[in-house]
Formats: sequence, structure tokens, C-alpha cells
Amino acid sequence: MSQVSASPFAAREQPAGGEPAPGALLRLSNVGKRFGEYVALDAISLAVQPGEILGIIGRSGAGKTTLIRCLNGLERPDTGTVEIEGVDIARLSESELQPIRRRIGMIFQHFNLLSSKTVAQNIALPLKIAGRAAAQRRRRVDELLDLVNLSGRGDAYPAQLSGGQKQRVGIARALAAEPVLLLSDEGTSALDPETTLSILELLREINRRLLLTIVLITHEMSVIRAIADRVVVLENSRVIETGPVSRVFAAPEAPGTRKLLGALRPELPELIAARLHAATGDAVVVRLDVQGDQARSPLLADLSRVFGPATLLEGGVEHVQGEPIGTLFVSVKNTGPDVASRLRAFVEHRVSSVEVLGYLNPDR
Amino acid sequence: MVGASGLIALLIGLPIGLVLVCTDRGGIVEQPTVNRSLGAVVNSLRSIPFIILMVALIPFTRLVAGTSIGTLAAIVPLSIAAIPYFARIAEVSLREVDAGLIEAARAMGANRATIVWEVLVPEALPGLSAGFTVTLISLIGESAVAGAVGAGGLGDLAIRYGYQRFETTVMIAVVLVLIAFVCTVQAGGDRVTQQIDHRAK
Repeated sequence: MSQVSASPFAAREQPAGGEPAPGALLRLSNVGKRFGEYVALDAISLAVQPGEILGIIGRSGAGKTTLIRCLNGLERPDTGTVEIEGVDIARLSESELQPIRRRIGMIFQHFNLLSSKTVAQNIALPLKIAGRAAAQRRRRVDELLDLVNLSGRGDAYPAQLSGGQKQRVGIARALAAEPVLLLSDEGTSALDPETTLSILELLREINRRLLLTIVLITHEMSVIRAIADRVVVLENSRVIETGPVSRVFAAPEAPGTRKLLGALRPELPELIAARLHAATGDAVVVRLDVQGDQARSPLLADLSRVFGPATLLEGGVEHVQGEPIGTLFVSVKNTGPDVASRLRAFVEHRVSSVEVLGYLNPDR
Repeated sequence: MVGASGLIALLIGLPIGLVLVCTDRGGIVEQPTVNRSLGAVVNSLRSIPFIILMVALIPFTRLVAGTSIGTLAAIVPLSIAAIPYFARIAEVSLREVDAGLIEAARAMGANRATIVWEVLVPEALPGLSAGFTVTLISLIGESAVAGAVGAGGLGDLAIRYGYQRFETTVMIAVVLVLIAFVCTVQAGGDRVTQQIDHRAK
């Protein structure tokens, strides 16, 4: 990805221990929700900083939909607090929630556009709900159509639009009443990969231009990688990991996160892994994880200088939120019984983690 | 006769359909007791055959219309029969509105009245229009029955001239007129429904 980390909030990190930071726009403490015997959310605590894009990822059934619905009171948690700009909304009545919801935009997986209304009428609905005058509504709708690149389509009906266009209308509608927070409930999951990218780019642009805070849930790590500043990983109704996206991609701590990253992280190809010997062989194979300055250093050249020609078997470097991260599978010549420990010592300060995988003999 | 009772059925049946949907479990104003009671009333009214309903309602008809005979009087039992009929049809259409749309409106901070008038009714409109057409047509049938007790109209003509005087031509003519009438109403209804339906085909 070629995302440039221009956002002033990109580097903002949650303090150690996952405790909500002061000044958070949205703060969940100990939120729990049950449906009968089934625990949907188990003591969830997290904070969203103004201006950031927070991605919440999990498999289906991990509790992410319930979680995002708690953020605007569509779902009421059994325990804990959900504070938006310092106001706990977890105990508010439906009518008390209404003015707060007007400050939170939401987009949906299946767009949820009204088929009986034109694009312009759909976008104007939140403004109508907020009681704005007709002339003002028209002006704002034109602005929004422009913002989402749908100028001139205001009189079309949703059924006449493609999926990507529908979601653009969904985004325009969510932004209509100038919300402080935008929620995306699997907003790109019904779209093809190309359209997904264009919608994510639009969300990124909106985040930067309007400094709008975005919370999105998804089951796709690629969505997180493309857009989020920080990620919260849910598994079995709990938060198993949280941190800046580049850190989580470079060095996932929880096994569940590693599984979710699965296909996005390079693995040693099966045909090489099958030929590895645990004890000895002609070459030693290591896995090196690098990030930041480590990824910018001439690691392979350094290795070659000390251990003889180093061969890259698999892997590479990619940029996540402007931060280079990579996983390299490298083999060097086995020059003696201590080569593995010497290798480990040599790379210790040059990589974030190293693992000696085994020994390889040349092809017969 | 058909037009007036159809209009009354629309004006009273639609709100009843709305109440039935909104007070049901998972509706926007959950009220199980209200829902069950209203459902029971609608069901009982619908289970009474029209001819019996018409006779049973005579005192009420006299109260409302001042008489129990004639076209004006027939409107009362016809409406009473058509209201629960259309209410159920409206309920079905309203229930078919995607729950995601109601959720989207709630997420926008809409109150219940806004959800009903901006989402539920407009989104159900094609179904409501088709349902109203069906209601009108069944009213045409029932109005012919009403003709049997002196409500005038085509039913009256068919019974008195066609049946009692054995004038087969009159009978056939009445049936042909009824067929034409029903076809016209159905075609008109289909047209309106098509015009207001903006969903993907």
C-alpha cells in the first residue's frame, strides 16, 4: 500500500494497558452484552481519539456487530458505560438517544437506502430529521453529491445505481448532518475488491479533509491495512489485541490476530518447509521480521558479508500506514555447528524477531 | 358504494395495519397486549361471512346512516368488512419493509412518527397500492351481495331482473359489466403500483 501517513493522528497510540486515554471522543468501559445464555460482548474497554480511524476486526460471531450497535445505542449493553463526548449513552431512553444519534453517521453493508426516495431525498433525510429548512437541505445535498462524486445523480433512484454508487450515497447520507463520528458496519463487505478500494479511499479522504473520526468494523484485514490508524481485534466476544495497525501487522501478539492476518503474511512455501531438517543440512533457514528502520537497512547485504551469500527464499517488505514492515525467509550457508547462534546474535538488533526454522539440503 | 367503502377501509385499515406492525414483537413500539387484542378483533371480524355481518350490523347501520336500506346504508357493513381485510393486507406489506431501513432511520435519530411516515409507509407503498386494488375488487363482489338486501346497484339488478324474472340477458349483461369493472380496477391498480415502485425489478 502506498498510504502516506499525513494524518496528524496516525501516530497516536493508546497508552499501555489499553486504558482509555483522556480526551477520547468515544470511550467504552467494561461493556458486556448477553443474548440469553450467549455472551456477545465480554468486558470490552476501548477509546476512540478524535480524528482517528479505528478498525475493529473479528470473525463472524466475534461480537463486532453488537459492539458497533452499542456505539449509537441501537443495542443497549447489560453492563459498563459507553461515553460519547463524556455522556454515557448506555442508560439513555430511546428519545434521549435521538439527538445523540443525529451526531453519529452510520453506513451499512447493504447500504440500507430507501428505494422509494431519490438519491437526493435519501441524503436529505437526516437533515429533515434534524429539522433543517428545505433550501438549506438542497444546498447541503448538492455539496454532498459533489463530495462523493455523484453530482448530477440526485434524481436517480437507488435501484438505478451500482453497489459502489449506492455506498457513496450511503456515505453522503451519513455525513449530511455533519456528524462527529462515522460508523461503518461492514461498509465494503458487499462490494468487489476494486470498488472496495475506491470506497476506502473516499473514507480516508473524508477523514483527512473533515478531520472526521471513523470507527469501522470488518472481517477483512486488507480493509484495516488500507485505512485504519489503529486496530482492535475481537475474538470470542473479547478484545484480544489492540494497537497501531503497522505494529499489529509487523508483530501481532495474540495467536488470534496472527490467524486473521493469515493470507496477508508471507509463509515459507510448503515445498521448502517439507524439505527442512531439524538437526543439520547445507544451509540454515531463518525467518526474520522487520519493521521501520530495520526494514530500510541493507540487511541481506550485511548478512552476506558475514555469513556468505544470503538467499531470500520468500517474503518481502510492504508499507502499512507509511511504515515499512516485512517478513523475510532467508537461507545462509551452514558453516559450522554454531552458525545458528551466531546468526541470532548478529541479527538481534537488526530485526524485531528471528526464528531459526531448520536446515536445508540442496535439491538432488 | 364501492368507492366510498374503499376509501373508508383505506383511512381506517391502514392505521390498524400500522399499529399491528409497530406493536408486534421487534416493532418500533412493542406492545404485545395491544397487538394481540387488536389482532383478535380483526380476526373475528374477518371470520364472519359478509351476509351475516350485514344483517348483524343493521342496528348499527341505522344509527350511523339513519336507515338500513339503500346504497348509503350498504356502505356501513361494506366498510366494516373491508377495514380488517385491508388492515391485514397492509400489515403484510408493511412487515415486508427491510428491517435494515428502519434501523438506518433509527441510527439517524429519527423518532417513531418519522420512521412511520418517511420509511414504513413510503417503502410499503407499492404493496399497499396492490393490496388496495385487491380490497376494491373484493368490495365489488360484496357490494353485489349487498344488492340482495336492497342496496341498489348491479347486484340488485342481477337478482331482481336476472334471477327472479328469469331474464338471462340481464344476468349476462350484469356479469359482463362486472368483469369489465373488475378488469378496469385491476389494470388501474397495477398501473399505479408500477408508477410508485422504484425498487429494482
